[in-house]
Amino acid sequence: MSNIKYILGSFGDPDEMMHGIEKLQENNIKIHDVYTPMPIHGIEAKLGIKRSRLDILAFFCGITGTMSAFALIYLTSVVDWRHNIGGKPAFALPDFIPIMFEVTILFCAFGLVGSYYASTHLFPGRAPRVMDLRATDDRFIIAVDAKENADHSKIDGLLKEAGAIEVKHNERKYISYE
Amino acid sequence: MSGHNESILREPLITGSDITYAKITDDILMPVENKPNRAWWIGFIVSLMGATLWLVAVSYTFWNGIGAWGLNKTVGWAWDITGFVWWVGIGHAGTLISAVLLLFRQNWRNSINRSAEAMTIFAVICAATYVVSHMGRPWLAYWVLPLPNQFGSLWVNFNSPLVWDMFAISTYFSVSLLFWYTGLLPDIATIRDRATGLRRRVYSIFSFGWSGNVKTWQRFETVSLILAGISTPLVLSVHTIVSMDFATSVIPGWHTTIFPPYFVAGAIFSGFAMVLTLLLVARKVLGLENYITMFHIESMNKIIILTGSIVGVAYLTEFFIAWYSGSEYEAYAFVNRSTGPYWWAYWMMMTCNVISPQLLWFKKIRLSIPATWILSIVVNIGMWFERFVIIVTSLHRDYLPSSWAMFYPTWVDVSVFVGSIGVFFTLFLLFLRVLPSIAIAEVKLLLKTSSEQAKLAQIKEGHLDKVQVKEYVESLEKFDSVKQEEYAKI
Repeated sequence: MSNIKYILGSFGDPDEMMHGIEKLQENNIKIHDVYTPMPIHGIEAKLGIKRSRLDILAFFCGITGTMSAFALIYLTSVVDWRHNIGGKPAFALPDFIPIMFEVTILFCAFGLVGSYYASTHLFPGRAPRVMDLRATDDRFIIAVDAKENADHSKIDGLLKEAGAIEVKHNERKYISYE
Repeated sequence: MSGHNESILREPLITGSDITYAKITDDILMPVENKPNRAWWIGFIVSLMGATLWLVAVSYTFWNGIGAWGLNKTVGWAWDITGFVWWVGIGHAGTLISAVLLLFRQNWRNSINRSAEAMTIFAVICAATYVVSHMGRPWLAYWVLPLPNQFGSLWVNFNSPLVWDMFAISTYFSVSLLFWYTGLLPDIATIRDRATGLRRRVYSIFSFGWSGNVKTWQRFETVSLILAGISTPLVLSVHTIVSMDFATSVIPGWHTTIFPPYFVAGAIFSGFAMVLTLLLVARKVLGLENYITMFHIESMNKIIILTGSIVGVAYLTEFFIAWYSGSEYEAYAFVNRSTGPYWWAYWMMMTCNVISPQLLWFKKIRLSIPATWILSIVVNIGMWFERFVIIVTSLHRDYLPSSWAMFYPTWVDVSVFVGSIGVFFTLFLLFLRVLPSIAIAEVKLLLKTSSEQAKLAQIKEGHLDKVQVKEYVESLEKFDSVKQEEYAKI
């Protein structure tokens, strides 16, 4: 058994990479992940990545913000300490709207981005799990788990056939740790 | 991604004939990965001197109180709030480019959004420092927050637009920062993966461990779209609330319902002017002509004509309504603006904001870089005067003629303003050195569909409509970064 952990197909063109994904899938070879320097549309459907639910979450964060702002204003300036401003009513809903709106946006944005960072494991100082350093520059990388898929020469052949510029056999999963 | 080509009628967003993904990275990271050139150092030292002046002037204000400014009993707001509104307005273009143009799928935003958003953040910082220093006792600035307190448990007045403004500006700043930084993550990762040693470690921390895998990218796009969706009403609300600082008062000249749309249009107007002021220089000095093309410049100029005209209509409407309302105080405020002791400021504003942007209707002017650059500065001067006119001319002659006064700035007023420009440019120049000034990943998206070379290849294939190709080739004539001789034979 060889020490090869991952086989990387490095493509110079996103369309060729898509072709590579199709080729591998036709041959029932499971793809570990794909690393690209830019978002590629249509790839998530191919790899069976589910639709994001961040939009639903953003909505509920926003609503929480609206209600929090209303509660804050209502409890402070209607319940706790009424101001007498020219005898006008303390419960002046139209005046509450600007702050309710701003806090809605604030909660929505922070809740959304916070969950995004949490769900994709992004946080300051996290060790980057990079398989190929050029994946953030000009290469589109398809990573295949070498242990799960034994026929390495077939994978090499398929990737090359699809237009891979080079095929790498990595003995370490992530090269960015040193 | 693949499968369909963009219409040939659309002008290219990336010019040049040998652009590859690697070249895009190299070109954009050139200023980040190399030692700064002389132009940068000169600019940086001058800006830093400005920033130092700002530090001195603001410290002086903190130490002595706002009596150091030229304010008097009648004119209680002058250069401080003028500067504040001016900076906030400038910030608006960044959000407009990054959010509104994303919702409208305007792909030309991809190469200017990063620096415009950086500009937003720095402009809001400048604006916020004005708010804090005009409070007089800045160490008590936290009193604007609704905190439980020991001062008789009196809460802030939630009916006050100044409190709304605190919420608006702080939300705007933090959401813009979030939007900007999330967009930066893939590009910081690009720098990280090309760097070595300490540099790699530093960028590694700030890249949050970005790897560019499928799920992260997919979520990234969802997040960008939602953030754009919520930033759009946010940016409109911010300047609306800024305008309500004035509009909810009962001062003639301020108490008008036209203020919110008029301020928002003015903000976009001045913001785009500032984007042009910065990018026309940056594109030349950093050699980014292939990414920030004449098409981008022309598009921004068109937005300036539009918003400038909206501002012009607002000025005239305001004037008409002042007379038509039959309120003699309102009418006087406007007659006084245009013919009173501050007539020169009023006409400065009119010339710079209403008349001079109309020159951009001429294609020659719109496509001339020096003319555009000068006009962008003229617009910013005009927009500063607009705020000065609104604030000072409405205040300086109040209801009691015996207290009528003029406003004379002191050296501190002038230094805080000039200094804030220094702070802004210092931050912007540092940004150009440490972070990519163009969103690398987003520009790469355009390479296969909207670049000049992709379109040239399409033409060479020869299946396109001849008339359309002719029109396209003619549209390329305005580009200073396109080699025209390549098209001579087509």
